[in-house]
Amino acid sequence: MNKPIPVTDWISDFDHTDPRWTEDPYPIWDELRAECPVVHTNRFLGVYMPTTYEAVKAIAYDTEHFSSRRIIVRNSRPPITQTAPPITSDPPEHKPAKQLLLPPFTPDAMKKLEPRVRAICNELIDQFIDEPSIDAAARYTKHIPVRAIAHMLGIPEQDGDLFIKWIHEILELGITDEETLMRAIEEMSHYFMGHIQARKSNPTDDLISTLMRARGPDGQPLSDMHVLGSLRLLLIAGIDTTWSGIGASLWHLAKTPADRDRLIAEPELMPTAIEEFLRAYSPVTMAREVIKETTISGCPIKPENMVLLSFPAANRDPAMFPDADKVLIDRKENRHAAFGLGIHRCVGSNLARMEMTVALEEWLKRIPDFRLDPAGKVTWSEGTVRGPRQLPLLLGAAR
Amino acid sequence: MAGKLKIHVDPDKCQGHSRCKSLAPELFELDEYGNAHEIGDGTVPDGLEDKAWLAKSNCPELAIDITED
Repeated sequence: MNKPIPVTDWISDFDHTDPRWTEDPYPIWDELRAECPVVHTNRFLGVYMPTTYEAVKAIAYDTEHFSSRRIIVRNSRPPITQTAPPITSDPPEHKPAKQLLLPPFTPDAMKKLEPRVRAICNELIDQFIDEPSIDAAARYTKHIPVRAIAHMLGIPEQDGDLFIKWIHEILELGITDEETLMRAIEEMSHYFMGHIQARKSNPTDDLISTLMRARGPDGQPLSDMHVLGSLRLLLIAGIDTTWSGIGASLWHLAKTPADRDRLIAEPELMPTAIEEFLRAYSPVTMAREVIKETTISGCPIKPENMVLLSFPAANRDPAMFPDADKVLIDRKENRHAAFGLGIHRCVGSNLARMEMTVALEEWLKRIPDFRLDPAGKVTWSEGTVRGPRQLPLLLGAAR
Repeated sequence: MAGKLKIHVDPDKCQGHSRCKSLAPELFELDEYGNAHEIGDGTVPDGLEDKAWLAKSNCPELAIDITED
């Protein structure tokens, strides 16, 4: 694996895997946005990045010139052999594929799952509540989404570590290491195929069986490959995204005691606070492939390039959000795009919100006093999903 | 004295973010896919005007219209 050449000019040569971008992307995005609504780099075989809310929105809405068949910017563009509908689908295939997945993820469906998520959070807290310092990413935030989605799918919650390994290989190592990427996808497919096969003789009452019972637009049951693709999507999209969202929120509260104390005193602020954490620390950057020449915000866009569709950068655009660089937990107007805009709105957004809310509520109930451990280092994941992967905290007032 | 407010969700624009439903559950409901529509004919009962405007100003898809009778 070749080490990339360090960036010296962000505007014409940006690299979203550069360690400085991973560590603190916000000043870099401000610099890019000040220069142009759409910037370009020759890295990763050619990539555009819209830097304003307006440009991000225009691309998200435009399925004629921008395809979702590739949704991650990587060093290589291997032939498309495995899809994950509906996230990798374009119209007209997109809508029926998405409608199959929407009912299990409505707010009402999430209410039924909520008690289990509350229990998961408390089981995790029980394990470290008496310790003076912990890595909250490794001990808390990481496990909540993986156990919740396992619970929904009807697969063992203890297989979580396996899922986390695949996701790391696919979303992070896979950006530059095609062999690892392919092996992880293979292992994951094999695992889920086993669960699909098992349900053919013993149907269950979980999301995997629900998908297997579903009928496609042609009235026929979905193929195993379609079910497999959707499961792959739920796992990849449902885990380190919310892990990141919970982690970034906890990181903010650990370093901002005024917000933490206010949320404890005014718990009714939680929904607005969650939306603000989603805006300010949006974890997910999607991608598109340019399939037809066009113009976005006055900038020419040419095929054979990818687009880094940075919802996080859009959410920091001061033209859209007053005081965009400030975290205001009582922000009243907040049309953030953390879950995307247009037809590809995140299927799991209600799940993510519920998990973030419950994870923060249960944490604040039992650990009202905590701060960053000055002896430790906070580290962030790179690439498609950004969130704290190491979050060393000191727990309790006197320590 | 201003007239009554009326809300309407454009079903072609709504993508099911459900921000309106969480901010103003008295005014919006969701279908089986999680997409929103106004309750009844969309007339906003007295006292819920602020919630209607709040829902509108938080819709990421600009799918909510408010008109005044």
